[in-house]
Amino acid sequence: MTAAEPDIALKVRIRNLRRSFVLHGRTFDALDGVSLDIAAGEFLAIVGPSGCGKTTMLRIVADLDTQTEGTIEVVRALASSQPINSMVFQQESIFPWMTVRDNAAFGLKARGIGKRQRYALVQPILERAGLAGFENALPHQLSGGMKQRVSLARAFANDPEILLMDEPFAALDEQTKLILQGELLRIWEASGKTVIYVTHSIDEAISLADRVLVMSARPGRVKDLIDVASIFSRPRDVASVKSNPHYGELFAHIWRELRNEIVADASPVEQAA
Amino acid sequence: MKPVAASVQVNRLISAATPLLLLAAWEVAAQTHAIDTRFFSSPSRIFMQFWQMLANGELLYHTAATVARVLIGFAIGTTVGVVLGLAIGLVPTVSAALEPLVDATFPIPKVALLPLVIILFGIGEASKYAIIAISVVYLLIINTAAGVRQIERIYLDVGRNYHAGRLMMFTDVALPGALPSIVTGMKVAMGVSLIVIVTAESLAAKSGIGYLIWTSWQVFEVEKMYVGLFVTAILGLASSILLNWAERRLIPWKRS
Repeated sequence: MTAAEPDIALKVRIRNLRRSFVLHGRTFDALDGVSLDIAAGEFLAIVGPSGCGKTTMLRIVADLDTQTEGTIEVVRALASSQPINSMVFQQESIFPWMTVRDNAAFGLKARGIGKRQRYALVQPILERAGLAGFENALPHQLSGGMKQRVSLARAFANDPEILLMDEPFAALDEQTKLILQGELLRIWEASGKTVIYVTHSIDEAISLADRVLVMSARPGRVKDLIDVASIFSRPRDVASVKSNPHYGELFAHIWRELRNEIVADASPVEQAA
Repeated sequence: MKPVAASVQVNRLISAATPLLLLAAWEVAAQTHAIDTRFFSSPSRIFMQFWQMLANGELLYHTAATVARVLIGFAIGTTVGVVLGLAIGLVPTVSAALEPLVDATFPIPKVALLPLVIILFGIGEASKYAIIAISVVYLLIINTAAGVRQIERIYLDVGRNYHAGRLMMFTDVALPGALPSIVTGMKVAMGVSLIVIVTAESLAAKSGIGYLIWTSWQVFEVEKMYVGLFVTAILGLASSILLNWAERRLIPWKRS
């Protein structure tokens, strides 16, 4: 357990988060006593062995799941009308029956913003996400990478205080992933939003994040919190991060911690919740 | 792609050839008196009859009556069925209230309800619409509710995470998500509608294809009866072509 960061511009305060599941009459913990502070505007990556509860934690923050114990506090401006969070999902999650534009504007529509206004709001975001010219396309006409661009555009268009990302590029090929990581950084750096980014890729965590949270094997706990921001400054270029000599050190350090967890976790049960 | 395209065309030809061959065989059997033409008539005589009924408006009159009943009843049944199906699929309380009732009454042959429907809606057109709507509504409730439940959870998660209200969950997520299943239900329901209306018309009506078939048989105008059967088949074919077209327009993402 690392000491808490100073309370300057705190965005999210997570305390003693526990989530237990009942499976075949047996109770087990997916998360056990996670405490964490996330600063406003911070990009936090979470890595951990599969089944360590990182997605569960994200879903609890997203209000799609409920903790068994513990608290999550989000610090907001009193008059804030922004949504607290928007999630970018790992699987294909854009609606196949909506055009790219309507998909991206979904959150705005849910907030009761009229058609003309939400299309106007969404247009610059579609352009920044490289979707200009595809506004009226249906998802089945797009590649996997383009679909995830729509998913990102939908989250950014909703203008939430916190972006939650659950392995958004995991299903993409390597080249597409590199390009989208770069574009995510570019869009995010301009937005100043707080990001919680779950990934199984150590490389992705180092390339994108300010801090990397390494979780233990089930039940998920905070094993380590690694400061990346002090090594790689912003604005950051994904490709040049990998050629930096510190990259190898960081990678080896995180991998050592993860490997110990994976080896130590003798349980054969896989639970990807 | 060439050989595939060629075999598609060959198959189309075969599809057209089979009924024509059967008709030819029927004609030969009738001409050689291998079959009793008092009961089975012959394609040429049926065609003559068809032509005559088309010319004097009799056919149009009965066909229009049947088509109007089916369309109105089908529209009512589909609308009510989709709304109830969405509610059952999305709202557990509605499902608890209605689903056992639907499951229990679904197996009742709807034509058997005709006496009741006539008591409730009278002998006129309203009872025809009602019997069609009742037949259709079950298939659409069941298919719509199943369609909603088959919607991938991720889409419901997106709706929740983006705070879509209940109405928007209905119109933007559940309805389009269930649409493939709804259209399948509509296709089955259309076939059932034709079966039910022809049966109902032969039992209690003074017009319509079913009435035409049954009265022709009773007065032993066999050719007219066959014309009625033929028109029923054409209506079935036409409605399925129409619904297949509608399916491609409504659900473009299902076929790419």
